[in-house]
Amino acid sequence: MSGAARKRLVTALLLAPAAVWLFLFLVLPFVAIVVFSLGERAPAGGYQPALTLAQYANLPARATAFWNTLLLAPAGALACLLIAYPVAYYLALKVLPQRRLLLVALIVIPFWTSLLIRTYAWMYILGGRGIPAWLEMIGLPELRLINTPGAVLLGIVYGYLPLMILPIYISLERLDRRLLEASADLGATPFSTFFGVTLRLSLPGMMTGFSLVLILLLGEYLIPTLLGGGKVFFIGNALVDLFLQSRNWPFGSAIAVALVAIAVALLLAANRITARLSGARQVDLL
Amino acid sequence: MSKSYRDGLPLSAREFVDQLLRFRRGSISRRHFLGVTGLGVATAVLASELGLQPTPAYAAGELGDRMSIATWPNYHDPQTFIDFQSNTGVAVEVNVFGSNEEMLAKLQAGASGWSLFVPTNYTISTYRQLDLIDPLDVSKLPNYDAAAQNKRFTSEGEVDGVLCAVPKNWGTTGFAVNTQKLTPPMTSWKDFFDTAMTTGSGRAMVHDYQLTTIGNALKYFGYSFNSLKPEELAKAEELLLKVKPHLFAISSDYQPAMRNGDAWLTMCWTNDGAQLHRDIPEIDYVLGKEGGEIWTDFYAIPKDAPNKAAAYALLNYLMDPKVAVKEHIANGAPSTDARVNALLPKDLLDNPILYPAADLLAPLEFGAAATLTDPARAELMARFKSA
Repeated sequence: MSGAARKRLVTALLLAPAAVWLFLFLVLPFVAIVVFSLGERAPAGGYQPALTLAQYANLPARATAFWNTLLLAPAGALACLLIAYPVAYYLALKVLPQRRLLLVALIVIPFWTSLLIRTYAWMYILGGRGIPAWLEMIGLPELRLINTPGAVLLGIVYGYLPLMILPIYISLERLDRRLLEASADLGATPFSTFFGVTLRLSLPGMMTGFSLVLILLLGEYLIPTLLGGGKVFFIGNALVDLFLQSRNWPFGSAIAVALVAIAVALLLAANRITARLSGARQVDLL
Repeated sequence: MSKSYRDGLPLSAREFVDQLLRFRRGSISRRHFLGVTGLGVATAVLASELGLQPTPAYAAGELGDRMSIATWPNYHDPQTFIDFQSNTGVAVEVNVFGSNEEMLAKLQAGASGWSLFVPTNYTISTYRQLDLIDPLDVSKLPNYDAAAQNKRFTSEGEVDGVLCAVPKNWGTTGFAVNTQKLTPPMTSWKDFFDTAMTTGSGRAMVHDYQLTTIGNALKYFGYSFNSLKPEELAKAEELLLKVKPHLFAISSDYQPAMRNGDAWLTMCWTNDGAQLHRDIPEIDYVLGKEGGEIWTDFYAIPKDAPNKAAAYALLNYLMDPKVAVKEHIANGAPSTDARVNALLPKDLLDNPILYPAADLLAPLEFGAAATLTDPARAELMARFKSA
């Protein structure tokens, strides 16, 4: 066997498990969803075979859910980014090395408890006997926090913040400190060093965190249900209802396909923006 | 007075260590050590919990060691399943659901893993048509007595003359109201929705459940709870969209919000109403005078149940009036079984939440099978929720 052929064989063998995995658990289910989306709802619910685009034509019936998701998911990801960056910056560049492990652990520890339980706890913190009661004690007027879009946004930031902090932290930790010194030596103020060097070099980390959080948020349904009181309706909630309540699998599948298309488009756009801003070679996430 | 977990211990930590040291020195026997410390009993209990010892009624292994039941929140006395396990060695895993639609969706998707579940009256004929449940073999349910059942509540357990489900309990769907916060007496669904939009604005909840939320909005106009007529559904939708900005939440998990005072008014099932009123007397349970829903929850066995032997054993156990009576005391829902009613404490039988006056019961309707599968009602609910 020649060296080149051997190399190809090794590469193929190394990639095979991942390829088989992706085919079985990503490609095949997606094909099934596309097939379902072209069918019809059976009289008692479920799927019956057909070849129609009626489900796609019906997508505007969930326009509000799409709109809520496309507004609150990027807003949530952006809020996460703005809060996570200073934390990651502090962790990577400012904190004493012997404390760093402890602080990273504190960020990761909440993941040891289910998101459901942590979100349920927020229902009591934001509910009438929680923060609003304390605010009333110091004389502020009655305030409604729970079951508002603001509560959903808060729950999103709380739930997904660690996923944003960690990638940014890693990209900042790898930052070559000599570049910062060089920038200072060449006369840049700390301000322009931050924007010219640090921020630019941490862009890939920011984009990874942003994409990760955004994609998870596009399918989010738990936080809007618990903290939005069922009144803030995400596309994830529409999907849950279509599969678990009205059992309209074809329409649910069409929405799922549309959601995947939106997610792919957003990712491609994010990639392109990162590449342009960082001026680096194209790094494909897809 | 503060209570410590140590209060109930048979011996103190120091005594335990003393005994342990004596045992290790050889001055007492192993048997004596296990006896005085309670460890012997604990081990024996543990062994029987793990099914290591044969149980009186069933030979070991006959029923397997575990089964799964799908049911509703706050619906059983947890002790029932613990007792069943110590009698039979079968551990019962309890899955809790929020709607009949969700149960149907799981069974339609297949491999639910349930051996027993608790569907509501109007869904049983659909389960039978879709061939998702087994007809029941009454010979395996000696504790079930058809003659003792009140036929008004139990007829839908039979589909085309075949017994497919036996009743757990019946109940009604009304609303719960905090009478300290909303003082004018309320008696109707018109009161419910009008109050939700005025004095109760921001404090009212409706179910996340098409049958009751749409059904009770239909009653506001005096239409049938089960209506499928487009023009009547359109009126109900108009009302629901008008009331939505005033709602505290759309959720069937209303007990927490009612208990902590966030919500003052909510659509409510009998058993939740009884539990709320028992703990917080100012929360009343009201049946709309226009009518509304009356229901019976049944036990049924899925066709693909993984452990049918244990399902029949548990079902028969639950049909024992002495067991059933504890279930009713725990969940606060009225019984369909005359044998159970004879055993219930008088304060439950006299509780108007459980056993309302005849004139309030008369206009109530059982849910209709068509509402479960009707796409128009499902889409109306989706429009209401996403509006």
